[in-house]
Amino acid sequence: MASIVLRDIVKEYGDGFKAVKGVSLDIADGEFVILVGPSGCGKSTLLRMIVGLEDITDGDLQIGGERVNDKAPRDRHLAMVFQNYALYPHLTVYENIAFPLRLTKGQYSDEEIDRKVNLAADTLELREHLDRKPANLSGGQRQRVAMGRAIVREAEAFLFDEPLSNLDAKLRGQMRTEIARMQRKLGTTTVYVTHDQTEAMTLGDRVAVLKKGELQQVASPRGLYEQPVNLFVAGFIGSPPMNFLPGQVEGDSLRLPFVDVPLDATLRERIGERSLVIVGIRPDHFGDVALLRDGQDAGVRFSADVDVTEWLGSELYAYVPFDTHPDVAAKLEELDRDLDGEGMRTQLVVALSSESRVRDGDTADLWFDPARMLVFDPETGENLTRDDDLARTIDEENEEDRKAALERAQARERREHDQGRDEARAS
Amino acid sequence: MGALSGRQKVGWGVITVLVLVYALFPVASVFATSFKLPSELTSGRFLPSSWTTTNYEQILVGGAQDLFLSALRNSIGISLIATAIAVVLATLAAYAIARLDFPGKRLILTAALGVSIFPVISIVTPLFNLWRSIGLYDTWAGLIIPYLSLTLPISIWTLAAFFRQIPWELEQAAQVDGATSWQAFRKAIVPLAAPGVFTTALIAFFIAWNDFVYGISLTSTEAARPVPAALAFFTGASQFEEPTGSISAAAVVVTVPVVVLVLLFQRQIVSGLTQGAVKG
Repeated sequence: MASIVLRDIVKEYGDGFKAVKGVSLDIADGEFVILVGPSGCGKSTLLRMIVGLEDITDGDLQIGGERVNDKAPRDRHLAMVFQNYALYPHLTVYENIAFPLRLTKGQYSDEEIDRKVNLAADTLELREHLDRKPANLSGGQRQRVAMGRAIVREAEAFLFDEPLSNLDAKLRGQMRTEIARMQRKLGTTTVYVTHDQTEAMTLGDRVAVLKKGELQQVASPRGLYEQPVNLFVAGFIGSPPMNFLPGQVEGDSLRLPFVDVPLDATLRERIGERSLVIVGIRPDHFGDVALLRDGQDAGVRFSADVDVTEWLGSELYAYVPFDTHPDVAAKLEELDRDLDGEGMRTQLVVALSSESRVRDGDTADLWFDPARMLVFDPETGENLTRDDDLARTIDEENEEDRKAALERAQARERREHDQGRDEARAS
Repeated sequence: MGALSGRQKVGWGVITVLVLVYALFPVASVFATSFKLPSELTSGRFLPSSWTTTNYEQILVGGAQDLFLSALRNSIGISLIATAIAVVLATLAAYAIARLDFPGKRLILTAALGVSIFPVISIVTPLFNLWRSIGLYDTWAGLIIPYLSLTLPISIWTLAAFFRQIPWELEQAAQVDGATSWQAFRKAIVPLAAPGVFTTALIAFFIAWNDFVYGISLTSTEAARPVPAALAFFTGASQFEEPTGSISAAAVVVTVPVVVLVLLFQRQIVSGLTQGAVKG
């Protein structure tokens, strides 16, 4: 197990295209880091440079404190799970898992290999499939075999390249928890590439958001959600995505498409000379006025014409179309393109409690807390409301939580191990 | 595709029978002729009136023995060696072409194609002169080398196409798993490429086995003369007798290994071996 350090990593292809433009990232020993971003952001290229399948054009890559830029993949002692699993079709599941051990030429005896393969197979519940060929396995089983091949070897780190994208939604959820459990149990440094923000949020200790080969922000999932550095990160993280509204500054108030919001002194100062800003509000920060308890402070109230609603059982999504300001329309369209969007109409998505009686075509009375509103510069996309101290605290708490969770998982592992040994002795 | 309807079945059946008759009638004719007595050759009947093995005795233990058996030995040896060299070289070359990016890649493929488009007959005369002056005339090597020029291009093209189908990720996975490039090639790629290699070997073998022009032009004695060329030197028992019977018998004998090979390798040429490597 080892830390992985990236210093100004650059990947430039022969035709001059820069896929990765100077990424620096410190991945601590035992940490689970996610590389996430829309397609073409360079996340897979970055992973393949770490594992050694792509040459590094410029910058330094250190694994366990040692520079490995020029080392062959096999000398980096990493294990990788490919998107298409890349199982060896001519070998059985057993031999697929044993493959890395067999390559070490005499380092392991046959008994040791057998023990390790069986251990990995038990961890991943593959015992009864060991004699089968990959072609006869289901997608989830193939995925587990690929993971078995990775864990059997006690690698310095695990690298995952969109491992769940070929599975159906239900299986994806199961495998996600399986990967999280395995990583906690083994405590191995893990780098995981995905384009799915849900996977990123649920799995990662820290998430690195990339856009067009540039690192946007590295933070805990909560840090990204609550304190995004810019428009791109704010729009990428969260589902349904954050609403972006044009906000015209008029004296001490901010005019949004539906309502005027009073500005407090700090916000007024941060906005400075700008007369137009982009305001971001998460769908779940809205509420239905009809459901407010007596005496509860409602923040800012407004009414809006609801176009379509979707009732999901746990919550209700209401869609409210609006016309955006022409000066920010271009910026928002560009953002939509960056996020692999379809350039759909501008609409406000509001996530209400499922008890709400708001339905298609209603004029709904809604409210939101202006303190939770994010304000972005329309030119640079920078988040003007970001609180660096708070962001740091969130990440520090997250780091503590991670260490505690890792500690607990390993203590449990030891306990089970001891128990197993005691039982073995008793019998 | 759904099940065939009754009419379609009949249609396909008729077509299949027609093709089979067209392809196998000459073989059957040669087979029947090989069992005829010399006196019966011009009888105009398809089947011999009495089956005899005289022709086979003639070529295997009788008068034509020297001519035929040495030719058979030459054919087998030369074809096998030419095939083996072609397959090994083509496998390495095709792998490099399919996987690596190097300057002159297209040039190699085009050159390979270029070599194979020249008619054999246009090369054979200069080769005849060259071989005589450097001492390759009438030797095994003198035939193996021109055969390679026939078998290599097609082998490289077939195998390169085959290697391209094998997911590159398999090899990368092997490298990450700790394999050297050579180990990744040998343990992950070669087993998967085996059906392709067998098919290519079969094609290469047939090309060498069936050659006549090089065989007759670049040899003069039984030191290197292959079967197709040797057949032309068969003579009847007397100068008034056609050697048709012996030639037919020899033709049957040289057809047998080809049929055996196809039956043998058919089991190896299994498609779908790469299934399961990637999402199915």
